[in-house]
Amino acid sequence: MDWLASNWRTVIDLAGQHLYLAGVPLLLGLLLSLPLGWLAKRWRGAYPAVVTTSGLLYTIPSLALFIIMPIVLGTKILDPVNVIVAMTVYTVALLARTVADGLISVPDHVEQAATAMGYRGLRRLVGVELPLAVPVIAAGLRVAAVSNVSIVSVASLVGVSQLGSLLVDGWRRIIWGELVTGIVACLVLALLLDGLILLGAKALTPWRRVAGGAA
Amino acid sequence: MIRFDGVTKQFPDGTVAVDDLSLTAPTGKITVLVGPSGCGKTTSLRMVNRMIEPTKGSISLDGQDTGRMKQSELRRGIGYVIQHAGLFPHRTVLDNIGTVPRLLGWDRKRTQERSRELLERVGLDPALGDRYPAQLSGGQQQRVGVARALAADPPVMLMDEPFSAVDPIVRDQLQDEFLRLQDELGKTIIFVTHDIDEAIKLGDQVAVLRVGGQLAQVAEPSYLLAHPADDFVADFVGRDRGYRALQFQPTPRLPLRSERTIVLGEQPAAGSGAWLLVVDEQRKPLGWVEPARIGSRGVEDADLHRGGTVARAAGTLRGALDAALSSPSRRGVVVDDSGVLVGTVLAHEVLSAIEDTDRPERDEEDPVHGGAVALAEDGA
Repeated sequence: MDWLASNWRTVIDLAGQHLYLAGVPLLLGLLLSLPLGWLAKRWRGAYPAVVTTSGLLYTIPSLALFIIMPIVLGTKILDPVNVIVAMTVYTVALLARTVADGLISVPDHVEQAATAMGYRGLRRLVGVELPLAVPVIAAGLRVAAVSNVSIVSVASLVGVSQLGSLLVDGWRRIIWGELVTGIVACLVLALLLDGLILLGAKALTPWRRVAGGAA
Repeated sequence: MIRFDGVTKQFPDGTVAVDDLSLTAPTGKITVLVGPSGCGKTTSLRMVNRMIEPTKGSISLDGQDTGRMKQSELRRGIGYVIQHAGLFPHRTVLDNIGTVPRLLGWDRKRTQERSRELLERVGLDPALGDRYPAQLSGGQQQRVGVARALAADPPVMLMDEPFSAVDPIVRDQLQDEFLRLQDELGKTIIFVTHDIDEAIKLGDQVAVLRVGGQLAQVAEPSYLLAHPADDFVADFVGRDRGYRALQFQPTPRLPLRSERTIVLGEQPAAGSGAWLLVVDEQRKPLGWVEPARIGSRGVEDADLHRGGTVARAAGTLRGALDAALSSPSRRGVVVDDSGVLVGTVLAHEVLSAIEDTDRPERDEEDPVHGGAVALAEDGA
């Protein structure tokens, strides 16, 4: 507690940094996953490819990815962009499949009706398919959010500071207060993001809150 | 007018769903495609709005080849109703109804007005407009489905088993209201069902398809029942087709007898016979009572035997015969169009009337297309 009392400004700063490094890739990853998921649904042959490739991406160790990024991107080793891009890769790894599954989960009779009414292309995706896929996509987004918050902390090993720095520093210097603060702050951040996504999904799906079927 | 011209659909796996179908659905009429599963009726329907493309042959709408029309434009000009309604669960009832108008670029206000108008037209409470589909019963959803199909006032409607997922009583209501609506709107409709009773009730013309997608017969319902083209059609239209055909026979003048009646609350006079007909103040029949069981008190509501059906004098022979058969007194109750008692009739009297009627006949002797609805030659 003493440690936190004298360092809370640093903790807030690091938390802000952590949120940025985990949150921005979440949004970017979602944006990239939408077309991929749509492709996987549209051409069923693409589905296994999308799912397998994205699954493989997730197996790359995060430390390795953080180290490779500057080489691939030509950025400086301490540039936070490395982390943003790497985290985006992980987000896509988790979300591409979720988006595809979400779009596929749209009931067949709804798809048929949409077709029969002349819904096509982007208008169909935005007007019919995406809104109905929100529950599935939100579920995947929650997993990705928590996963991002956790993986980002590893970035302190390549010198990009965020809450993970507390863990590294606390461990090196055996400061229990710093270690515990780091862990708790990560948890709080993960819960916060999770809650935000949950609220967002609820706001987007008012139709799911109504009582089901009046007989 | 929708015209199928030698239309064949073969799926990539080799299955022939529709085999050389030539059929005309006349303007302003209901054409029902009926047959067992696998007869290609739904495939035929979906080829009209090109949700499925034919392998061979062509389909034309008022003389225009649909194969040359832009898909989305073609579809927005055709109302489509499916089983389970296929409503968009994330949109309110009003927004569901307004789907096609919005796609056609109507502004929000005009769309809303049109949607409200249609909501009432299909017999739904305007208060349901802001609900989501999940809050409606199956029957209500199906009505919304019909309203949605009608929203942009398309001249053509395709209906794929729209009433088969609701219970029989609701189905009956929906069918009646559908016919009433069609009377007002006069759309060109192709209606798919596997239920021959529904086909016969709704169709101006009924096309029976057999497995493998071949047209077995197309005719007016009464003709179909009286002259099935072959064993398959005969079997499909059912064993009691003779009785059901009576529903297309208007009742000739029946030898009605006057009936002694009693008003609710009155005491039956002595010697009123085994059964006495109870009517209300306007002489509308309420039911039968057995005077012997009443004794010397007034007739109460609970005494009424309600098993008998009531036939309209201007109704069908089926109604008249059923009234006689279902009446506990064996005297079938016949009323006028406003429901006021006209008299009663016995089953054998209805039967003699039936014997005096002709079965529906046509001069043409084409067994498949016999008795088809007369078509306008100009294709209008």
